[in-house]
Amino acid sequence: MKKLKVIAAMSGGVDSAVAAARAVDAGYEVVGVHLALSSNPQKYRSGARGCCTIEDSHDARRAADVIGIPFYIWDMAEEFHKGVVENFLSEYQAGRTPNPCLRCNEKIKFEAVLDRAKGLGFDGVVTGHYAITKDSPAGKTLHRAADPGKDQSYVLAVLRTDQIAGAIFPLGDTVKTDTRKEAKKRGLFVANKPDSHDICFVPSGDNAGWLRERLGSESGDIVDGDGKKLGEHKGAYTYTIGQRRGLNLTVPDKTGEPRYVLKIEPKSNTVVVGTHEELAINSILAAPPTWCGTAPEINKELRGFAQVRAHGVPLPCNYKFDGTNLIANLDQPVFGLATGQALAIYDGDRVVGSATINETI
Amino acid sequence: MLAYFDHAATTPMVEPAITALNNQLKKLGNASSLHSAGRSVRKDLEQGREEIALAIDCAPSEVIFTASGTEANNLAIKGLFWKGAKDNKKVIITSTFEHHAVMDSIVWLAEHEGAQIVGIKVDRKGFIDLTELKEAVEKHKGKVALISIMHSNNEVGTIEDIAQIVKIAGDIPVHSDCVQSFGKVDLSFKKLGVTAATISAHKVGGPLGVAALILKQGLDIEPILHGGGQERDIRSGTFNAPGIVAFAAAATDAVANKKERDIKIRQLKQELVNTVKKNVSNIWVNGSQENCLPGIVSITFPKTDSEGLLLLLDAEGIACSTGSACSAGVQRPSHVLLAMGLTEDETTSTLRFSLSYTNTVNEIAKLGAVISSIVTKSRAAMVK
Repeated sequence: MKKLKVIAAMSGGVDSAVAAARAVDAGYEVVGVHLALSSNPQKYRSGARGCCTIEDSHDARRAADVIGIPFYIWDMAEEFHKGVVENFLSEYQAGRTPNPCLRCNEKIKFEAVLDRAKGLGFDGVVTGHYAITKDSPAGKTLHRAADPGKDQSYVLAVLRTDQIAGAIFPLGDTVKTDTRKEAKKRGLFVANKPDSHDICFVPSGDNAGWLRERLGSESGDIVDGDGKKLGEHKGAYTYTIGQRRGLNLTVPDKTGEPRYVLKIEPKSNTVVVGTHEELAINSILAAPPTWCGTAPEINKELRGFAQVRAHGVPLPCNYKFDGTNLIANLDQPVFGLATGQALAIYDGDRVVGSATINETI
Repeated sequence: MLAYFDHAATTPMVEPAITALNNQLKKLGNASSLHSAGRSVRKDLEQGREEIALAIDCAPSEVIFTASGTEANNLAIKGLFWKGAKDNKKVIITSTFEHHAVMDSIVWLAEHEGAQIVGIKVDRKGFIDLTELKEAVEKHKGKVALISIMHSNNEVGTIEDIAQIVKIAGDIPVHSDCVQSFGKVDLSFKKLGVTAATISAHKVGGPLGVAALILKQGLDIEPILHGGGQERDIRSGTFNAPGIVAFAAAATDAVANKKERDIKIRQLKQELVNTVKKNVSNIWVNGSQENCLPGIVSITFPKTDSEGLLLLLDAEGIACSTGSACSAGVQRPSHVLLAMGLTEDETTSTLRFSLSYTNTVNEIAKLGAVISSIVTKSRAAMVK
């Protein structure tokens, strides 16, 4: 039988290195590719722990050499800027809180890279994501990883069935500590490299500062639910729903209770604050949906779990698709939920689908 | 068996160079030491210098050994600039398609030392505009520190008329990067009349890590490296005796066999171009095929992406190269091809094949067997 040919996306971190090595062991013909995502790769940030440094590209190359696979660098800076960075900015401008990692999976790793790989005659893309795919009569399905602490199915829930069909996640059944042990055993010096946590294109980790630099910082009012001014903010989009610290309010609450950001209104440039109770969300409306398998019947009420944050807990819910919106009615309220984040629906450990949150009630 | 078409990047060491290197590695002694061990190594090294001088037709004392062609280019350009700058000559005239070792040294001088760059344009054929050069020399009369123009281009292989450039330059010092030309075509330092020329060992079958700046006798320039002053006080660092004697052996071998290899390589290159043309329509060769190096050919495969082509050729055991990559390894549009008037898309769909006399028609046939399907795949990957 002819060997299947795959591209292993190698960030320079331990997970993607071990994933590539396992793909080789599994009998794939593997070619390693590091994605250059910075718009000016000549001036890659150095020292940062994101996925865009010269050190990372060297680490990825070294790992590929140790594994014994060819290695190339693909310039995806333009696609990344268009599909991820611009989206990130426009979402914040609209008063929403986007998840760039999810967009990167959707637009870069499993679209731009997968398409290019297929064009060049490859059968799929291997990544170091912690998630599991299973074969089913309706095609490949997406499931939670064995390690709940590392499970990344949420940031992959945005993938279409055809994208999942071309995705290979060799680490889905592994716990992170074992990945590191295996890397060490394989002689990969990235075994002890720290995980990246920051948004890779925000070098300093100062998200608010980065946004202020690009979107300006027009100050405006911080108001309560009745529209009464309580203070001033330094640019509405630098706040997040549920945020408590850094509001610098001059007028204390009557009851002495702390106040939280409830809403960001970019049009009037105001930030609305209120009590913790007012943060409670019972229903979520999200669109447009992507289904990891067959779409559910329209308006059919189903039981499942909603997840609204990358490492959030699964929230038991009833959900339905009304033809436009994916609607989740939670059994218990969730506090401080920003629009722009993804709502992922699970049936047990299987990802049913996802959509971007537009409204919370 | 790898079909290797990247000899302009580096080429296998020739037997005489390997033998010379191995023998010298076994010898004890620092060539600067005064005792017998040092003297013995010094004797071998100076013989090597004489052989290299013979190969490029210069005086032995004009050979300054360095650790790379890049270092020699930096030394010549910065040294000649600083010399000129003392007399308030701060203009550097160069072509727009030099190797990065030349281009980036000049840019650094502009950014840090107040140099003024005058870039002479090149035409679609890969030759610099001599009229423009003449005008630039006249316009900046008395202000030009140096002219640096490559003897032959590393991406397209065209050979510039350096003797004519020297005439136009008059009393302005001329440096020429001769790395790709040395050992491949007739090259006489004396006859060219340049002030300085760069040559490198590993492009002619010598080892990596040794090169030379040929610098006119009696001319003192500021060093970049300070220390023992081993090379005319212009370059410091312990003599790399094994590298130098192996360089000399390779240079001698290259010059002695040049004529016969030239004929063979040109035939192979023609065969490669014919083979590619037979299998892929609408391709073209960049740069003139007259006045060019025997082994370098740049071919544009429109509507492809050279990274994809290279990946697929590599998978078939065929090695060639794309333009240049940045320090992180990301492919950039070739400044050489852009200077020659190609569009950005055309530059990123171009491959350089560089041949040596060691290549065979079988290797070319291997390329011929796969190039059509590889181009088709690369085009498919470009859709979207």
